[in-house]
Amino acid sequence: MKQNFDEIIRMENISKEFPGVKALTDVSISINAGEVHAIVGENGAGKSTLIKVMMGVYQKNAGDIYISGKKVDIRNPIDAQNYGLSAVYQDVTIARHLTVAENFFLGKPPLTKAGFVNWKKMNNQAQDVLDELNLDIDAKSPVKQLSVAQQEMVIIAKKYFEHSKIIIFDEPTALLANEEVEELFSIIRRLKNEGVACIYISHRMEEIFELCDRVSVMKDGCLIDTMMVADTNEDDLISKMVGRTIEDMYSIEHCKAGDEAMRVEGLTRDGYFEDINFSIHQGEVFGIFGLVGSGRTEIVRAIFGADKFDSGEIYLYDNKVKISDPSSAIRKGIGLLPEDRKHEGLTLETTVENNINMASYKDISKLGFINLKKEKERSLKQIEDMKIKTPSEKQRVINLSGGNQQKVVIGKWLCCDSNIFIFDEPTVGIDVGAKSEIYRLLEQLLSEGNAIIMISSYLPEIIGIADRIMVIHEGKQTGIVERGDYSEEKLLKLASGL
Amino acid sequence: MLKKLKQSQFPERNLVIILVLLIVVLSIASNRFLSYNNIMNLLRQTSIIGVIAVGMTFVIISAGIDLSVGSVLAFSSIIVAMLMKAGVPIPLSIIVALLAGTSLGVLMGILIHNGSVPAFIATLGGMTMVRGAVMLISGARKISGLPPEFKHFAVAKFLGIPGMVWVWFLVIIIGFVIAKYTIFGRNVYAIGSNEEAARLSGIKIGTNIYGIYAFCAFTSSIAGILMTTRLGNGVPTSGTGYELDVIAAVVVGGASLSGAVGSILGTVLGTIIIATIRNGGNLLGINPFILDILVGGLIVFAVLFDQLNKKNNR
Repeated sequence: MKQNFDEIIRMENISKEFPGVKALTDVSISINAGEVHAIVGENGAGKSTLIKVMMGVYQKNAGDIYISGKKVDIRNPIDAQNYGLSAVYQDVTIARHLTVAENFFLGKPPLTKAGFVNWKKMNNQAQDVLDELNLDIDAKSPVKQLSVAQQEMVIIAKKYFEHSKIIIFDEPTALLANEEVEELFSIIRRLKNEGVACIYISHRMEEIFELCDRVSVMKDGCLIDTMMVADTNEDDLISKMVGRTIEDMYSIEHCKAGDEAMRVEGLTRDGYFEDINFSIHQGEVFGIFGLVGSGRTEIVRAIFGADKFDSGEIYLYDNKVKISDPSSAIRKGIGLLPEDRKHEGLTLETTVENNINMASYKDISKLGFINLKKEKERSLKQIEDMKIKTPSEKQRVINLSGGNQQKVVIGKWLCCDSNIFIFDEPTVGIDVGAKSEIYRLLEQLLSEGNAIIMISSYLPEIIGIADRIMVIHEGKQTGIVERGDYSEEKLLKLASGL
Repeated sequence: MLKKLKQSQFPERNLVIILVLLIVVLSIASNRFLSYNNIMNLLRQTSIIGVIAVGMTFVIISAGIDLSVGSVLAFSSIIVAMLMKAGVPIPLSIIVALLAGTSLGVLMGILIHNGSVPAFIATLGGMTMVRGAVMLISGARKISGLPPEFKHFAVAKFLGIPGMVWVWFLVIIIGFVIAKYTIFGRNVYAIGSNEEAARLSGIKIGTNIYGIYAFCAFTSSIAGILMTTRLGNGVPTSGTGYELDVIAAVVVGGASLSGAVGSILGTVLGTIIIATIRNGGNLLGINPFILDILVGGLIVFAVLFDQLNKKNNR
């Protein structure tokens, strides 16, 4: 087979500085037509900065960019688009109220001779593209009616329709369930066969080995190495990224289970989940596994009082409790780390200090007046204990990396003396180093006698971490598997309702 | 880098620079500008808008808006005037008027939170309804014949500063303390940044929303009483159009209508800057229509500048 390895973009000796930080140092990388090129590295390694320079969001301080051999100047995202560069970011690039076809032709619809929008032509052309990519989506349906996965496919199809030469995928599988990931991969492979160059950024190693041709490793703003994926392995990649092996990546020190911390009986929310029963003990990680949309997040939200439920009982330390809203759950010692930290876990525009203390201001105030000294002390303690990388406690959370943001959310619950922690996808979108720090934190919480509920859709993680796993399929509990009986097949079967 | 740091630690820096420049230019251009009489006049004229702007700051930081402030002002003005005219003691009349005005804010908060009516609509409706009620109660006529002690407050000076201005200062201090030192203040920022995250952190959104609109209505009611002392009558049409002047002051002061950004100090500076432009313009005999263009431009420029800054910082 003749490999179509024409170079599409080459970046040479790119450097980018922000005030006080050198984000990129002398990075050189080239991407070929028809390849899927992975870029891996810890958060803060410079992947996003590199992409943003490529996309014209940031201006480089030094270096050159060549597209198809010609030196170019990418001053803004429109330039990048004109050169055929595009990025698939989640949930930003699509008008949800418009139809798929309208989104394809956004701003430049085909016109009839009279100068009106030619709907027929528009719908037909869009449908052709969808069919070509084997997508079972109606071009006339409004985007908001599609599932998250389908919306992502629509974004990709739109890029393809716009004849993008390079498509950047930034954590594209973060919100997808397993079979949807497969669908995504098959589309990426098709794009690749069409000669599109794909840049693939993901923290999930197995995806890189399944999908990508070459991989570039970044660390501390430098490009460490670019290799053929076939010539490397997971261990090698991780040690290049962080300087440590994968060996005990997904494992934690397990504790002996203590007293029952929480028991849930017959929990039901009509239309979301029914008859959920389980109990968790102190020092135990109770895993909940299920595909996206199975109702796992809704279950923990109901326990936390974020959503109402229709029937069922919750017991804490053998006492029946009524949890009417999050604030009563918090008072009873439950903390929730939500799935979507940006939209549910943090107030991004306020400071680290503010977020860490947010759920526990009552403890450090009198008559509604906050003791500012204690507020600062408590935030500095969490910043130090959890190694949160931030210039100061007054920094706005929006400026921190994903892993550090997640630590801020955890810090918030540590501050209010929670003893039952609900972690909903705690490591999605955060890098290997921060992941391992979060696991160490779990260990510490367990050794102090706390109980943890952890939702994860990443099997190696939940198998490595959880002591027991409850599997949910379409809102029903299909089994609780004990640690000795784990296997990926078994869990997947239960999760698919087989 | 040093420059950036200072900017982030002291976001009101630019406002201070603008105000100082204005004062320098105006005091050179007109020898009357820095006179005691003119400064007191400026502060007295600004105090009513300034008082409401403190309340509005909280609303805007919470990502809300309150268009009803001018009507609530008139409501409290009419109530306090009618009570005093009916022979109710002055302090009691004031307390009742403040409570009545504040309760309108609670109602608006309930509508916004429990009814999920967007704040713009709830308070737009509130503005019209309250104004209608004020007209109805007063028969659309001003209420005169108020006790002289009450009217005296407008001109009375303490330490050389008019009573109205003292009230404004007091409201500023209260607002500042609430924003910086209380749980409620932090909650307002949190809600404005991300209501769902705030709720999942145990913040009771409802209570806080009621509190925010109640406080704004409370400051509007105080403004209503100040207005009554200044005019010497309860005037049912008073405060018409104030909502926009107040919002302008808050926005020039650096608050963002999308929430979570803003400060009391910024609002105070914004209020004074607008007032200074108008006052200086009058002294220099500049056509008031030109002043309108200037103030309008300032509002747009304040936000434009902010946006450009954000882009450059990225």
